[in-house]
Amino acid sequence: MPRSSRRGGLPALVRSLVLLPSVLAAGALHAAVNVVASTEDLAALTREVGGDKVKVDAIARGYQDPHFVEAKPSFIFKLHAADLLVVVGKELELGWLPALVQQSRNARIQPGADGYLDASLSARILDIPTGPITRAMGDVHPTGNPHYWLDPGNGRRIAQAVQAKLSAMRPDDGAYFAARYADFDRRLREGEKRWDARMAPCRGAKIVTYHRSWSNFVERFGLDVIDYVEPRPGVPPSPSHTIELIRKIRREGVKVLLVEPYFDLKTPAAIGRETGARVLVLPPSVGGEQEIRDYVALFDHNIALLVAALEGGGAAR
Amino acid sequence: LCLLAALAAAPCAVAQAPPADGAAARQAQVERLREELSALRDEYAARLASIEERLAALESPREAATQTAAPTAGEPVASAPVPAGATGAGGPSGVPPVYGGAAATSKIFNPDVAVIGNFVGAAGRGAGEAEPALAFREAEVSFQAVVDPYARADFFLTFGPDEVGVEEAAVTFTDVPGDFLLKAGKLRTAFGAVDAMHVHALPWTDRPLMTRNLVGGEEGLADAGLSLSRLIPNPWLFLEATGQVYRGSSAVFQGSQRADLTWLGHLRAYRDLSESTNLDLGGSIAYGSNDAAPGAHTRLVGLDATWRWRPLRRALYRRALARTELVWSRREQPGGAARAFGAYLDLQYQFGRRWVAGARFDTSERADDPTVRDRGASALLTWWPSEFSQIRAQYRHTRLGDERRAHELLLQLLFAIGAHGAHAF
Repeated sequence: MPRSSRRGGLPALVRSLVLLPSVLAAGALHAAVNVVASTEDLAALTREVGGDKVKVDAIARGYQDPHFVEAKPSFIFKLHAADLLVVVGKELELGWLPALVQQSRNARIQPGADGYLDASLSARILDIPTGPITRAMGDVHPTGNPHYWLDPGNGRRIAQAVQAKLSAMRPDDGAYFAARYADFDRRLREGEKRWDARMAPCRGAKIVTYHRSWSNFVERFGLDVIDYVEPRPGVPPSPSHTIELIRKIRREGVKVLLVEPYFDLKTPAAIGRETGARVLVLPPSVGGEQEIRDYVALFDHNIALLVAALEGGGAAR
Repeated sequence: LCLLAALAAAPCAVAQAPPADGAAARQAQVERLREELSALRDEYAARLASIEERLAALESPREAATQTAAPTAGEPVASAPVPAGATGAGGPSGVPPVYGGAAATSKIFNPDVAVIGNFVGAAGRGAGEAEPALAFREAEVSFQAVVDPYARADFFLTFGPDEVGVEEAAVTFTDVPGDFLLKAGKLRTAFGAVDAMHVHALPWTDRPLMTRNLVGGEEGLADAGLSLSRLIPNPWLFLEATGQVYRGSSAVFQGSQRADLTWLGHLRAYRDLSESTNLDLGGSIAYGSNDAAPGAHTRLVGLDATWRWRPLRRALYRRALARTELVWSRREQPGGAARAFGAYLDLQYQFGRRWVAGARFDTSERADDPTVRDRGASALLTWWPSEFSQIRAQYRHTRLGDERRAHELLLQLLFAIGAHGAHAF
């Protein structure tokens, strides 16, 4: 009976059309988790844990000042498709990320939603202001220093938070994420032994940094930051402060001046010439130099340069 | 009189004294209360001591650091507790400052408040309605917060020398099905590239002649209405389509009846050309009634193009922008339809961390009389003492129609306080 076969054919087609989206959705469930991280450091840590079960994109490049990122519409597309957004927090991204997230039309990654992970909530935060704060103090972060990823201990904590989040999102892959985390933890421990050994002779060395990016790093590795090139956080160097700084560097015998790659070298170079201190451009983030591809490499790279500079002594650049 | 009152009160107090047989029971009760009170006092003293201890530890982070030299991974660390959803939502973050007891917990839900002052000085011979020598042009007050899991609200109120106005007051629904972004309220429209910008966000001290002649001047097309926009996903470029409908009560559009609405469409295409350069293109159309005659309409068509360059490694110090906007106006009025054209070209170059130089070239016919053409050119220099203040000088040359040429120097001082100062500019 051709009629009935026809009747049977149409509903089958309809049924398959109706089922199609759910089949696609089921496929999506097993697809990689789409992660957007605000910086390359967080992206690297997420990759350590997520492996090939995640697809990670970073917004700010490692050689870019993470305080000042342009809220380009192309980022809105990335955020629109994201299942998980990992942010540094502590108001580092205040100037650009909220606007992007609002326009993303993605409820999954709105602050407070399941796909929003503020890495700072699991990290150890320094420089939390205690007294009253005003903008006369410059670019102060009222809830603490956002450059906290430069302590390997915090890297571990962030990775752990990412592991917990990914496991909650993909319970089936929990064991995979746990194994990846354990492997990262092991490599980080080995790294820490290596870095501690190399930094041991430099413990207590006095340095000057451009911005307050290295608080967690110097605390972890026992360096002493006596002052900053910026008179106040986020405020460009002023002549009077620079003169005062030159005197201080001479008095205290500072050998190394650290500058993040996105700052102008003019003032640091002048200070170096005046005092004999070595100006060292040190990237505070993964991706700051081409060869820094992951979190462990960031410390390997920076500590090798730093130790060489501190031990090499006064050769001004 | 006080004495009298006291005398009158005394018998009452006596009358209220407890009867003698209840005295023993009361005594026991008082004793019990006293004991409870002293227990409570001890407990609080102990708590206070422990809090003081922790405070001391926090105040000397170095000492605290040595105490917790090797914190184990994952251990919840002494970080400021941030309520979920606060940071990044434009909402408050961090430990709420404790001003007094219970009130502190309610303050955290207060909207972000910011105030931006706009002070302008002018010298030289002006054209048309010249600005006064010194003017506090406006103070813009903004209140912004998340309403609930589905929406956020933004209010911008302006306080001018003679009037208080609502620049924008809108709710934005971020979680509308179909990936739409829905706004409702009083809005600055999506027409063109700069109509949506508030006056303090402009790269100039004034708006272009084209805006003044064809797109409603300072007020722009701002009106009460609805806005619906959607991203159009595709692998090549960022594409956003916006449709808006307004009541029809702005400087350009005037509807006399309920049905006289203003309709507006905007399409924006954006593409990164490289890591440091990008191109932004837009097309706009607006259609609605005007007040020239009953049943008369105005149609505006606009095109805009913006090219930006900002090298990421030197983003703090170098930046360039070139923008042009073209608008065609067709205004029905007694005597036929008037077709007018206006355009500007804007160039900006940042040559230091705190310095931006710019130039703008203007040309525009008038919407109601296209035979008259106004021309202008400006050179600008902006200095930013910080992200929260800026000082701008603009030399402006204007020739309105066939009037005498006007040469002016304008000085603008912008300063922002409050939670949103950082990206208000």
